[in-house]
Amino acid sequence: MTRQPVVSQLGTLSNDEIHRYGRHVIMPEFGIEGQRRLKASSVLLIGTGGLGSPLALYLTAAGVGRIGLVDYDVVEHTNLQRQIIHGESTVGVLKTESAERRMKDLNPFIQIDRYDVPLTSDNALEILAPYDVIIDGTDNFPTRYLVNDACVKLGKPNVYGSILRFEGQLSVFYAKEGPCYRCMFPEPPPPGLVPSCAEGGVLGVLPGTIGTMQATEGIKLITGIGDPMIGRMLLYDALDMTFSTIKVRKDPHCPVCSIPAEQVELIDYEEFCGVPSHDHAPTHAAAHAGVSARAVGASAGSGVSSNGGHDVNYDLDAPVPQMTPIELKALFDRGEHPFIVDVRNEPELEVAVIAEAGVDSVLIPKPQVLIAVDEIVSGRKTADQTVIGQIPRDRDVLFLCRSGVRSTDVINALREVGYDPARLINIQGGILAWSRQVDPSVPLY
Amino acid sequence: MANIRIPTPLRVFTGSESQVAVEGDTVGAALANLTVRYPELRQHLYDGEALRNFVNVYLGEDDVRFLDGLATAIDADTSLRIIPSIAGGL
Repeated sequence: MTRQPVVSQLGTLSNDEIHRYGRHVIMPEFGIEGQRRLKASSVLLIGTGGLGSPLALYLTAAGVGRIGLVDYDVVEHTNLQRQIIHGESTVGVLKTESAERRMKDLNPFIQIDRYDVPLTSDNALEILAPYDVIIDGTDNFPTRYLVNDACVKLGKPNVYGSILRFEGQLSVFYAKEGPCYRCMFPEPPPPGLVPSCAEGGVLGVLPGTIGTMQATEGIKLITGIGDPMIGRMLLYDALDMTFSTIKVRKDPHCPVCSIPAEQVELIDYEEFCGVPSHDHAPTHAAAHAGVSARAVGASAGSGVSSNGGHDVNYDLDAPVPQMTPIELKALFDRGEHPFIVDVRNEPELEVAVIAEAGVDSVLIPKPQVLIAVDEIVSGRKTADQTVIGQIPRDRDVLFLCRSGVRSTDVINALREVGYDPARLINIQGGILAWSRQVDPSVPLY
Repeated sequence: MANIRIPTPLRVFTGSESQVAVEGDTVGAALANLTVRYPELRQHLYDGEALRNFVNVYLGEDDVRFLDGLATAIDADTSLRIIPSIAGGL
C-alpha cells in the first residue's frame, strides 16, 4: 500500500551512499526514490534514552538526512542496561553528545542537530518546526502532552511509543489524518498512579522492541510506503509475547485537535499533569543541604494553609526538610535510633539496604502510601486503618528511597493528610547518596 | 462472566493479578463486580457513575464508548481490556 509521503522533496545521493543503501534501493516498494526521500527528510527525537537509542541508531543507519536530538541528561551506568547507543566510554557525557559520536561513526552522511535543553512550552514550537516527523521517546506525562499539542499546532506527525516494565504501546498520532494523543488520553492519570521506569522498572530489551517499531513507522511516513499506525495502537506484552492492535478514534470534541491548529495554545504541562517533567531529585533540596533536619524541625507549625481536618495549620508549601547521609550516619554513631520509612518496592531491598537502620524502620512502598492517602482523603478509612497508621506522628520520621524522588512524593502526600511537615524528613539523595557518601559497600542500582 | 485484563499500573490494586474473571452481562456490571472484589480500584476507574476520562476500556479492538458504553452486552467468552496511560521511555 502506498500513501502520500510526508516528505515531498528528493535528496541527492552520491555513489558511496547508493552503495551503502543497496539493500534498500533494490526493494521495489522503496527504490532509489524512497532512499532520496529519506535523505531529504528530517526527524526529531525527543529523548535519547531507552526508546531514543534504537531510534537514533536505526534512523541513522537507514539514511535519514537530518536527525535532531533533544535531551539534557548525561549518561549514567544505570542507563547502559537498555540505552544501547551509549557506552562505558561516554558515562558522564551529555547523552546528545554521546549519541552523536556513535551516529557519526555509523553514518557520516547525515546531519545531526543537538538540543541539550529540556523541552518546554517556550521552546517546543521553535525546536519542532524544522522537522518533518517528531518521534516521542520521552519518559513523563507533561512532555508527552507538550509534544502532542505542539505537533497538532504545527501539523506534524507524532510517532508515539511508551513502555513500562514488560508492556509497550505504539501509535502514530497525526491530527491531519486521524486522532491525536489527547483523543485517546484526554487527561493524565492522577500523579503517582503510574510509576516511571525509574520507579517501576523496565525490561532492558523492551525499549529496543518499541523504539525499533517507532523507527519503522517514521520511515513509512517519510517514504509513503505501507500502512502507518494512524488511528490504531499496538499493545505489546513481552511476558505473554502478544501483540494486539486496538482502534483509536478521533474525538470530535478533543480540546486540541478539534479546533483550528493556529488556535492551539501550549499550556503549563507540569501543572496540567501535577508532576514535574523530569525524573530527577528536586533541585531545591540542594538549597537546604546545609540545614540540619533537627534545626528545621524546631521551626514547626508556622501555619498558612489548611491540612485536611486537623486542628493545627501547617505550612504545606514549606520545603521538605532534608537530612544528608552524613548527618544520618552521625545519628547512628551517637547511638540514636531514627524511625525510617523505606518507600521502595520489596525487590529493591534485596539489592541495597542501610545496615544501620534498626527495628524502628518499616517498609511501606510508595504505591501503598498513595492508596492509603486516597482512602483517607475520600473518607473511607482513618489513617490508623491503613498502612500509614504505622508512621508515628510524635517524633521525627525519615523517608528513604533510591534517589530521594519517591520519598519526597510520599512526604508531600502525607502532608496532605495532616502529618506535621516539619517531622517528615527526606534522606537526601536516597540510598544512592548513602552509598556514595557513607557506605560504598552498598551497591548502586 | 468476562475476563478482564488488568494493566501494569493497576495491578497494585488487584494483588498483582493480570487477569480477573468476573460475573456480569454488561461491561458496566463486569467492571462493578471487579471493583467489588478490589474496592480500591473503584476510584481509579470511576468518576461518580461514569468511567474516568483517562480510563479506556476495550472490547476486542473497540473502545466501549463507541459501542454501547457501560451498557455494552457481554457473554462468558468476552475479554475486556483496560488500556493504561503509561509514559515511560528512558
